[in-house]
Amino acid sequence: MPDLHLDGRPLCVAPGTTVAAALALGGDGSSRTSISGQRRAPLCGMGICQECRVSIDGVRRLACQTLCQDGMQVETQA
Amino acid sequence: MSEHADVLIIGAGPAGLSAALAAANDGAQVVLLDDNPLPGGQIWRDGAQANIPSQARHLRDSVEAHTHIQRHAATRVVAKAGSQALLVENPERGWVITYRSLILCTGARELLLPFPGWTLPGVTGAGGLQALIKGGMPVVDERIVIAGSGPLLLASADTAKHHGAQVVRIAEQAPLGAVATFAMQLPRWPHKLLQSFSLFDAGYRTGTRIVAALGQDHLEGVRLQRGNKVEELACERLACGFGLIPNVQLGQALGCALGNNAIQVDAWQATDVAGVYAAGECTGFGGSELALVEGRIAGHVAAGNREAAQRLWGERQRWQRFAGSLNQHFALDPTLKHLAAPDTLLCRCEDVPYAAVAAHANWREAKLSTRCGMGACQGKVCGAAAHYLFDWPPVAPRPPFTPTRIETLIQLESAAQSEH
Amino acid sequence: MKPTRVADVIVIGAGIIGAACARELARCGQQVLVIDAGLHSATAAGMGHLLVLDDNQAELDISRYSLRRWRELGPQLPDDCAYRSNGTLWLAANEQELAAAEAKSINLRGEGIRCEMIPGHSLQEMEPILRDGLHGALRLPDDGILYAPNTARWMLDNPRIRQRRARVTELDGNRVRLDSGEWLSSEAVVLANGIQAVDLCPELPIAPKKGHLLITDRYPHPVTHTITELSYLTSVHNSSGASVACNIQPRPTGQLFIGTSRQFDTLDPEVEGWLLARMLKHAASYAPGLAKLNGIRAWAGFRAATPDGMPLIGEHPAQPGLWLAVGHEGLGVTTAPATADLLAALLFNEAEPIPAAAYAPGRYLGEPTHA
Repeated sequence: MPDLHLDGRPLCVAPGTTVAAALALGGDGSSRTSISGQRRAPLCGMGICQECRVSIDGVRRLACQTLCQDGMQVETQA
Repeated sequence: MSEHADVLIIGAGPAGLSAALAAANDGAQVVLLDDNPLPGGQIWRDGAQANIPSQARHLRDSVEAHTHIQRHAATRVVAKAGSQALLVENPERGWVITYRSLILCTGARELLLPFPGWTLPGVTGAGGLQALIKGGMPVVDERIVIAGSGPLLLASADTAKHHGAQVVRIAEQAPLGAVATFAMQLPRWPHKLLQSFSLFDAGYRTGTRIVAALGQDHLEGVRLQRGNKVEELACERLACGFGLIPNVQLGQALGCALGNNAIQVDAWQATDVAGVYAAGECTGFGGSELALVEGRIAGHVAAGNREAAQRLWGERQRWQRFAGSLNQHFALDPTLKHLAAPDTLLCRCEDVPYAAVAAHANWREAKLSTRCGMGACQGKVCGAAAHYLFDWPPVAPRPPFTPTRIETLIQLESAAQSEH
Repeated sequence: MKPTRVADVIVIGAGIIGAACARELARCGQQVLVIDAGLHSATAAGMGHLLVLDDNQAELDISRYSLRRWRELGPQLPDDCAYRSNGTLWLAANEQELAAAEAKSINLRGEGIRCEMIPGHSLQEMEPILRDGLHGALRLPDDGILYAPNTARWMLDNPRIRQRRARVTELDGNRVRLDSGEWLSSEAVVLANGIQAVDLCPELPIAPKKGHLLITDRYPHPVTHTITELSYLTSVHNSSGASVACNIQPRPTGQLFIGTSRQFDTLDPEVEGWLLARMLKHAASYAPGLAKLNGIRAWAGFRAATPDGMPLIGEHPAQPGLWLAVGHEGLGVTTAPATADLLAALLFNEAEPIPAAAYAPGRYLGEPTHA
């Protein structure tokens, strides 16, 4: 059961859970704020649309194509 | 830092997995890449809440166990690295893979079209919803509306219901007659996935299209239209997909000819670029059975075993007929070109409204003056929408094909300089 | 075939140079027709860096005058022109470059241009993306940036300017022929179509110099200044082979432009991976913080380079009525205002805003054949 941090809050998820799913399990599901200030959440779920890009351990990655791992620090884009 | 493959396969969905096994069984050293963390592609997507069919599990296990197959997960192709070499990246590193033959099994993605409210959190693609649920997103007791076109809507509804959601409406844009004709033909193709669909779901409506997603900061409901009748439904999620479009970008970048917006292949699954093959949905939508047999053909041919490949032609032909029927009956109604309002964002990366893009004569001018397509997705969403909405043909991608760490791009120096 | 008189002045090319010339001519009361073929232009491919350069007097004259004009224009420019006065930081990686920076600062100050030396130990505080161990930098606070395609479009939005999408296939003094076969005429024709100018005037001493650029995704506040290495001053003027130089520019979007490469002897418009990689590696050697950022798009374009690095501004000596505003190499965006003002002054026989001789086409094309 991977233990991670989502925007600083601890979260424990089932093995095989994507970071995109973790956004919904540990928060409101959103991943970033668009350039005109709208909150956005994962859209395509398959690595195309880039809506779900978040910072994972300091590097920008796609939440929908990343599995949660122990100790991961996930930050959504304010 | 570089790796070599006799046969390099891009995409580990049904086509890629079966291509890998066929080529490896013919003695080739195979490298199989996929940008997802787990193999299976979209249709056999694995995850915390996934239950993949036994056929898929068996194929996957055979690939995993095969000593001639090296599989790289969560690995993307980001650039060409000279002739017969690609630069790839995973979360840890970037490196170059050289190959003798290349098989593109890059699959398809959903056509996502703009409509008022489509940027609200809670709105996803139809395949996107399925992928998110399989990846562990909870939907228990959520009210979900699914809209758009094609059998994927039903597959998505099936997954949502299976995980405890209440699917309050499935809005299929195609008219009843077309869908019924398609459904009547289904018994001719004993197709496991389609058999599980309930076309007569109480919430299923044909000739119905999405008008707007409603809500302020997140989705609260939807407005649908059927003929002159408008209905509003409260819901927590809306999943929208308007059919599939083949992922042809890598093929385009390698110079492969396209036809019907898909990578063109001959009877050997060969593209017009020597040593490059393609199989599965990137060559046109046909479902997993067609992808499996195309993958096997491509795998055998790439490994030099044309006899084995030719023996599979009959099986492929059978599934091609099914694909033809599917594409014919879910043709998009032209009214879908007018879903967006002038202020609806067309480009979600750069927040460019529909009207600003529509004011231009072509994609390049629109890009330069509005920044549409210049964000992180590089037009993969809005460019595909603009192709459908305005008939602007998609342009071949330049490296990097996808957002790529600069440290990875630096790997191109050693790789391609010898080539130069 | 009798040409149709369509305007007081025809400007060929709607890039930043053509647009600035058209705007200035319109301001002088001329009716202007701008003809553009819609090809990929250096204006769309470049960085939009506005900077003062002082390698020689002509370069200083044209860049200093232009920067002053951009500062005047800045407040009028719409938001989508992304004009900022963010300053340039010239990095010195060793003692020799530091000495060059100091010499440059003395020269610039003498010319009345604001600048300051930044000690090496303060650089990371100013720009955290930079590596430690740099010897210092020269900061020019009044340099700037803008988004040139929209600025060009804004300049052309003028009641005295008409625009036409067409390819010019032939020039004859003040007459031009379009690909439709139609001949147009005016009092004067201004050739401002960059690298394409040699298709119409093969005698022009202009060679394509290919460059690459990459842009990153948006990141929160990574860089403030446009960061350039001092050795850029020497490497850019290599006249053969391929070279790279560190040039990192923050966009108002939070994205970074990373450049730059220079290549002669190629007309291949594609991004070349090996050179893109060399360019990025070099930039990352100054700014290690770039390594983990995502690049989202790379492209290549061509600069129109003359042998002495100075543009050709003035009347074509052998073709009365044909005026040149071409050969700006990588500095077209910076030097567009001076080019336009000088061209208009020469055309109307008014006082030159900067001494014209260094840019006179006659230095390569000989003296006028007409009196």
